[in-house]
Amino acid sequence: MVHFAISRVLWLLPTLLAMALVTFLVMHATPGSPLDPVAEGANPLSPEAQQNLARHYGLDRPLYMQFAIFVGNSLRGDFGNSFVYRTRSVREILVDTFPISLLLGSMALALAVAGGLALGILAAMYQNRAWDYVSVTVATAGVAVPNFVLAVFFIILFSFVIPLFPTGGWDSPRNWVLPTVTLALAPMGIIARFTRASMLEVIRADYTLTARAKGLAEGPVIFKHVLKNALIPIVTLLGPMFAAVGTGSFFVESIFRVPGMGRFFVLSMTGRDYPMIMAVVLTYGAFLAVMNLVVDLAYGALDPRIRY
Amino acid sequence: MALSTPGSGTSLDGAPPLEGALSPTGETVRIGPTRSRTGTSLWRDAWRRLLRNKLAVAGGIVVVVLVLIAIFADVLAPYPYTKTNFGRLNEGPTRDYPLGTDQLGRDMLSRMVYGARVSMLVGLGAQVLIVIIGVPIGALAGWAGGRTDTLLTRFIDVMYAFPRLLFVILVMSMLGAGLMNIFIAIGLTGWVGIARQTRAQVLALKEKEFVEGARALGVRSWRLLRRHVLPNALSPIVVAVTFGIPEAIFTEAALSFIGVGINPPTPSWGQMVGEGQQYLRSSWHLCVVPSIAIAVTMLSFTFLGDGVRDALDPRLK
Repeated sequence: MVHFAISRVLWLLPTLLAMALVTFLVMHATPGSPLDPVAEGANPLSPEAQQNLARHYGLDRPLYMQFAIFVGNSLRGDFGNSFVYRTRSVREILVDTFPISLLLGSMALALAVAGGLALGILAAMYQNRAWDYVSVTVATAGVAVPNFVLAVFFIILFSFVIPLFPTGGWDSPRNWVLPTVTLALAPMGIIARFTRASMLEVIRADYTLTARAKGLAEGPVIFKHVLKNALIPIVTLLGPMFAAVGTGSFFVESIFRVPGMGRFFVLSMTGRDYPMIMAVVLTYGAFLAVMNLVVDLAYGALDPRIRY
Repeated sequence: MALSTPGSGTSLDGAPPLEGALSPTGETVRIGPTRSRTGTSLWRDAWRRLLRNKLAVAGGIVVVVLVLIAIFADVLAPYPYTKTNFGRLNEGPTRDYPLGTDQLGRDMLSRMVYGARVSMLVGLGAQVLIVIIGVPIGALAGWAGGRTDTLLTRFIDVMYAFPRLLFVILVMSMLGAGLMNIFIAIGLTGWVGIARQTRAQVLALKEKEFVEGARALGVRSWRLLRRHVLPNALSPIVVAVTFGIPEAIFTEAALSFIGVGINPPTPSWGQMVGEGQQYLRSSWHLCVVPSIAIAVTMLSFTFLGDGVRDALDPRLK
């Protein structure tokens, strides 16, 4: 177990390095340059100006050196200055925006876990009856319908038709409701589907039959015997779930005008803001890798059958 | 692990087959001497099971309709999708424009019809690319084993750790918008899942007796993989492809929504939602019509995919 944990932690570094390399290569292997004019059809900068800018931002050095410099600097927490928001360093932008995305993501994930488990348990307990259909419908819609489409429906329903919540912004908790729900539905659907399947498997197990046979009431059977065992596989779902919530937030943040990291992501990419792109990709990547690691370790701790 | 399905509620769980009895391999076992039937193949059985699943059939019908709309877009669309009418901007449904007009006075119905073409092209086309890249890599890793396997698997794992959509957006913003680039971006990132599946299948099948038997008979390695192993690994690949289609459609819609997908003026549903967003309060139909189309398409493919999975592997129920 300890050995496994250590080797997994050590693997984080090469994984992130490979991610940085792939991103770096994609950025530099494709046509176009950050020195190109932003407006389409605008006159390019004079060659002298381009050279000066390239020197200033270190873009005139050979690629392998640029990469080495980037890795060295980022290890010290320095991601350079943004090309697009010239007055701010990438680090400042991340410090301002990441906590907001994290708050939105955590709320969505908490809602997804709570709602998904509730729907899944209800569906399994009342298999092939009304509750089952309700929860399966919600789960399927949540998984299949893209969140920006859901967002459109929610804004029309809960901001225009029934004016309960504002259409966007992030000032008060009232603004948080719609983005959180929109972001939560997809992972909620996945959790609900897996919980249902997992519960149904355990409900048919011999030890559940035994629990019923010895005269236990339905409540203890479900919560003490079935749920405990059925939940273990659900834990593995949480890894991909972080990814879903993380990337989902690009869209949700832009529709609901949430000042989080997701909005900068798209802007930085279309603006070829190299330092910003690297920083955002690696922040997401590192976050996901760490969360996957935590999930794997938690799985081992929860299920005594797992041996590493 | 077993997966739940929306369709499983209505289908016949564990109901006995109507005629004959099915052995675990799907071959028909003759029951009496008077009964003489030809054996049914795995695919034929799967087809029959699929037809029994109402949701999957409904999804399939919608998919067929969408494909037909995509093919006959030129005939079906009442106007060219670029034709503007500045006298009638952001109008609701009228007799001239059954689904209304957009912010440039273009016919929504025509744009929706051509949008279906983009969605279907991306959904189906990207899968072809994914299979062409993913299956050989996965098969090679599983079949060769040893150092080749370790190397390929490491690479696959790194790609897998990459948040998918993030990478697609990155590739798209670097390559620029356009249909070809969408294929490239989805193909470059999407093969990972199918490669993993194929590798796992090949690894499992490699140890089976029939492979050993064929090898003992002197079948060469390459032919063995192609003729004996891969055909048996096919059904999980088919399932993965069926689920890959809505994912690709979603990816295109998402890319076009943020403006790095399909180049205007070519219409795409995602792009229409993105552009209509700012008129949500005054002319909500601009957003809602394509939103409904995306939702219905995604749901149909998901139902069909669930049905195909259950039909091909009833054990997974």
